[in-house]
Amino acid sequence: METLLNIKALYMRFGGLAALEEIDLEVRTGEITALIGPNGAGKTTIFNCITGIYNPTAGDILAGRPGRKPQRLNGRAPNEVTALGLARTFQNIRLFPNLTVLENVMIGRHCRTRAGILGAVLRDRRTRGEERETLVRSYRLLTRFALEPFVNELAKNLPYGVQRRVEIVRALATEPFLLLLDEPAAGMNINETRQLDELINRIRDEENVSILLIEHDMSLVMSLSDRIYVMDYGRMIAQGPPARIKNDPNVIKAYLGEDLDA
Amino acid sequence: MPAHRPRISIVSELRQSLVASVWFMFLTFPIMVIRVNTIENTIEWRWRNMVLIGLGTFFLSFIWRFFLRRREAGRKKAEGGETQRLTLTRRIIAAREVRRPSLVAVGAFVLLFPFLFSTYQTNIMITALIYVMLGLGLNIVVGVAGLLDLGYVAFYAVGAYAYALLNHHYGLGFYSVLPLGALLGLTFGVLLGFPVLRLRGDYLAIVTLGFGEIIRLILENWNEFSQGPSGIAGIDRPGLFGLDLDLDLAMKYLYYLMVVMVLFTIFVVNRLQNSRIGRAWLALREDEIACQAMGIDKHKTKLTAFGLGATWAGMAGVIFAAKTTFVNPASFTFMESAIILSIVVMGGMGSIVGVTLAAFVLMLLPEYLRAFSEYRMLLFGACLVLMMVFRPGGLIQKVQRHYEFHDQGPAGRD
Repeated sequence: METLLNIKALYMRFGGLAALEEIDLEVRTGEITALIGPNGAGKTTIFNCITGIYNPTAGDILAGRPGRKPQRLNGRAPNEVTALGLARTFQNIRLFPNLTVLENVMIGRHCRTRAGILGAVLRDRRTRGEERETLVRSYRLLTRFALEPFVNELAKNLPYGVQRRVEIVRALATEPFLLLLDEPAAGMNINETRQLDELINRIRDEENVSILLIEHDMSLVMSLSDRIYVMDYGRMIAQGPPARIKNDPNVIKAYLGEDLDA
Repeated sequence: MPAHRPRISIVSELRQSLVASVWFMFLTFPIMVIRVNTIENTIEWRWRNMVLIGLGTFFLSFIWRFFLRRREAGRKKAEGGETQRLTLTRRIIAAREVRRPSLVAVGAFVLLFPFLFSTYQTNIMITALIYVMLGLGLNIVVGVAGLLDLGYVAFYAVGAYAYALLNHHYGLGFYSVLPLGALLGLTFGVLLGFPVLRLRGDYLAIVTLGFGEIIRLILENWNEFSQGPSGIAGIDRPGLFGLDLDLDLAMKYLYYLMVVMVLFTIFVVNRLQNSRIGRAWLALREDEIACQAMGIDKHKTKLTAFGLGATWAGMAGVIFAAKTTFVNPASFTFMESAIILSIVVMGGMGSIVGVTLAAFVLMLLPEYLRAFSEYRMLLFGACLVLMMVFRPGGLIQKVQRHYEFHDQGPAGRD
């Protein structure tokens, strides 16, 4: 199996604070990889390093479409990372609140289209074709995930669970090979979480997109993931398939605390 | 019982207004009622004033409350998720049978305007049209891309001085400088864009404010370059195939030229808004981080917004110089930037129709309020406050583009 994302010996320091220390992480084609750990362990920091929001202090982040030569992501601008094929969602939903669902998704197609100022003003045949394609593709994508009833709704007026789904679909509109989901089940009820489970599986199987997710909902993580990485205090303390992680003493210690008598 | 409720609330409204008026009578009692006559050493009791204040406050407060309540009701209705009910104005605009005749009427009025009214009126209208152009230009930067620019007038000055200087020193004509002014505006827009790429919100506003002042101060103090505060006079009006136009004809000609320019601006801005670039600007306005995460180059998008906005200001500046035949730094103070910004905010961020309308209101209102002489600016200010209270989203809010999808594929309509 091919490695899509390879993080080697990653360090991230903010002044004197070591947020990440010697992180190694791998995401492979067609897999759902989960990243778990207590609050403040550094999970989102890893996401921010990958997607160009932070520039890591040391180490390498390598990624590339299957069959292509991987590229080093360190210090790249967020839009370059997205153009390369890594899309993300945010822990606290970041849709464009005053735009419609369709417009949100159409903006996701920005990096796969080319029309410039001149094209916009003259509206030549190529631009018109491209506009149409953007529209059709965005609409189809929304239909595939049963979001077409909300097409013309403003994003801010949607129910929470739908907003989460729209954010995921918007990320898919950028045609990624790897989708990074930051706590997609946060604030969802049991029913919505089950739908999410199904949605993530479908994205992997039907859209051929591999997934790296941060999640606190353990039952979701255990049922979804092929492999799990566990972090605590900026370090990787365990990795492996769900069955092994469940019984790992280090993981249990990180989550439940140390036994005082030991 | 629902049938009873409005009545009860009207009684309570009346009571509240009464309380307000009594409170005001009490507050203004010492200054409005009592007057000490220092010559005769007597105290005058002006009870009439108190009655007037009481009545005035009562009615004002009642009307104020009435409108506030109407707005609340409207908002509740909108939030209630009812199928989007269109407002009356919007329904009128949308109805085809109304739309075409009214467009024809407006068009005819615009075309005949200089022949129906005096040169003075035409002159005012040209100024208003220049501000429409400025408003639409700034609308790209503030309304669509969400970058608060308080120094927009700097680009206007660049255009005006470009024409003034090139005409003064090299005798270049209006039509050769118009594209040059646009180009200079663009250049300065991008030049300002670079240092502020990392800034947003309040910080951006302060830096652009500073930039506007820098340009004005340079023009004021660099005498060898711009002839300082005395300005440059005797600038040529736009020529028409070398014809010798008298003032009246020149103004009419400039008026039609301005109408064409405004139509051109509306055309371009409208197309830009409904394009890939326009969507990138909107994304930038809505959420900068998510915008980048969608693969949009933040820096490039900001620069195009600044540059294109400034382009229109540059062109408007050239026209301004040609219209007044005189420029000096006093025309490009912060007040101008503030007025253009008010046009955008009052019109409704991102709404082309709204901004156009607001430009007319803001430019023509002070003119026609001249009847109130010294109360003119007071009334003008009151109008601004009232409009922002009752229509915080602007005169005409931007209508979200609405798409309908059929089996054969999507069809968009505005």
